[in-house]
Amino acid sequence: MDGSLSSKSLIPFILLPNPLFKNDASFGFDAPPSSTDSDRFNAMEKPKYSLDFEKPIHELQAQLANLQRMSEESDLDVTDEVKAIKVKIEETRKRIHAGLTPWQKIQLARHPQRPYSLDYIDAIFEDFQELHGDRRYMDDQAIIGGPAFLNGDPVMIVAQQKGRSTKENLARNFGCPNPEGYRKALRLMEMAQKFGMPIICLIDTPGAYPGIGAEERHVAEAIAVNIREMSALTVPIIATIIGEGGSGGALGIAVADRILILDNAYYSVISPEGCAAILWKDRVHAPRAADALKITSDKLVELGVVDEIVPEPLGGAHIDAALAAENLKTALEVNLAALKKKSTKALLDGRYAKFRAMGQFAEA
Amino acid sequence: MAIFRRPQYSTVRVKKKDIPAGLWTKCPESSEIVYNKELEENWMVVPKSGYHFQLKARRRMELLLDDGSFEEHDESLSSVDPLEFVDNKPYHARIEAAQQKTGENDALVSGVGTLDGMPVSLAVMDFSFNGGSMGSVVGEKITRAIERATASNMPVIVVCASGGARMQEGILSLMQMAKTSAALARHSAAGLPYISVLTNPTMAGVMASFASLGDVIIAEPKALIGFAGPRVIKETTQQDLPAGFQTSEFLLKRGLIDQIVPRLEMKARLATLLKAFMRSKS
Repeated sequence: MDGSLSSKSLIPFILLPNPLFKNDASFGFDAPPSSTDSDRFNAMEKPKYSLDFEKPIHELQAQLANLQRMSEESDLDVTDEVKAIKVKIEETRKRIHAGLTPWQKIQLARHPQRPYSLDYIDAIFEDFQELHGDRRYMDDQAIIGGPAFLNGDPVMIVAQQKGRSTKENLARNFGCPNPEGYRKALRLMEMAQKFGMPIICLIDTPGAYPGIGAEERHVAEAIAVNIREMSALTVPIIATIIGEGGSGGALGIAVADRILILDNAYYSVISPEGCAAILWKDRVHAPRAADALKITSDKLVELGVVDEIVPEPLGGAHIDAALAAENLKTALEVNLAALKKKSTKALLDGRYAKFRAMGQFAEA
Repeated sequence: MAIFRRPQYSTVRVKKKDIPAGLWTKCPESSEIVYNKELEENWMVVPKSGYHFQLKARRRMELLLDDGSFEEHDESLSSVDPLEFVDNKPYHARIEAAQQKTGENDALVSGVGTLDGMPVSLAVMDFSFNGGSMGSVVGEKITRAIERATASNMPVIVVCASGGARMQEGILSLMQMAKTSAALARHSAAGLPYISVLTNPTMAGVMASFASLGDVIIAEPKALIGFAGPRVIKETTQQDLPAGFQTSEFLLKRGLIDQIVPRLEMKARLATLLKAFMRSKS
């Protein structure tokens, strides 16, 4: 049965988890050279996590480190040279990041140093109280949530959370939720409706977890129910894709009045790897699939699926997490203020009309 | 140079019937050999073993609706290529090939009719059209079928047969999950019944939206039903899958579906359920 299905090339059966990040948290290639760390004095040192297309930047950074070390050792004044290299680093970064391919953007969206939901929650909101569990089976740590305050006003946060370390990633299942994550999310969103709190969803998942237990406990049903219920919740909902928007696993908490996306984040019906495996029989064609699927923020706006792009610092959100959070905060404030002015009926009609209009077809 | 003159053939387009080549079909379960005509007449169910082959959408309409009552809607909707999808074969060529093969415009037939005298809005997916994949056309037609039912106080029945969302329409396919589910929320709020019928196979994006949202969820026997494909689960978890994993029988035991109903009993069962639910409405 499996064989007969796999031959159908049009079907994404799956929401493949992307290559799971197994690196630990201590990357820090942008960290300033530390005089106590002798390894850092090797000019040829490679950053522990680097992106191919950023190689010219890393080479310049190594040069800079080398220069700074030399000046410390020999009391030479290299201020001008340091300045020149710093300018060059910025120019190179600008040049590289102005023309990123979709696949390169996906590398940024999956960057292990990229800010995750909890980083944004810490930076944007006050007094976040995490509430645990779906009251049916367990607490799924791939989705977190609870009340918090945005500039003093209560909101309900529902967010997908990846792990920073190997240990945390195992606990959070690399950000791939099980059914309980979606059921907890719905419990919290219904609580928000009860208390009249707007809902802020942060999306960052490779996809819902393709596991035996997930199927036994009906992850498809959990996602379907969330989608249906979110379409009718009587409070404003803003969903922001902050990193990976992996298919149904993302949509399960992404039916909203306003859908925002960070510049380098992506949102797709299937992972580029999964698409490549089906269409070209090999995951190495993922870059081609990433291009064909039109999953970058600019394309998503063109297709009418996303309302607004939240700018990222040059080089990606991980270069300056505080600035990325500030940008997101501003976008949330503006959109929330607009939604709060709407009557419940206008809100619900608007949300229905928004998704009702999605899709393109011909009609004779 | 008459010898090189182009031959004067005229091309005639013949609609190929979607019947396995030859006169006989082997039952994958019992290995019994069935005469194709007999199989067709028995709605693609092998008489002795009870094995259910996939059934074309139009035949399903004949099976479930009262004779001559079916009035088709939205039949002219057809797929465009919103992503200008670059594949080994252009998307529009794939669609044309599927149209030729099936005689359908896309992977779903919908309309209204009567079931045991009761008006119903019915949408049926056709797996033979690109694996029943859901793109904008399928999503739009289902949404219209649901809205039509809400507007006219009718129950909705959706018969599912799909591998999931249609990759070639990218994110727009994913959004059909939200569109159809939102329409179901409104239909449900009007106190109207929705019955979801799952046939082999019902997977992924279809299962994670309208297929799982029936007031009653009925499955045909031994259908493959689930979210992630069995191969992907095996590769991801490196575990052996339990016997009968993701079948109708497995899901009945696990509490997702309400009933397993053989194809030939489906109409009677749907009629009884709808009578129970619609009594107070009439």
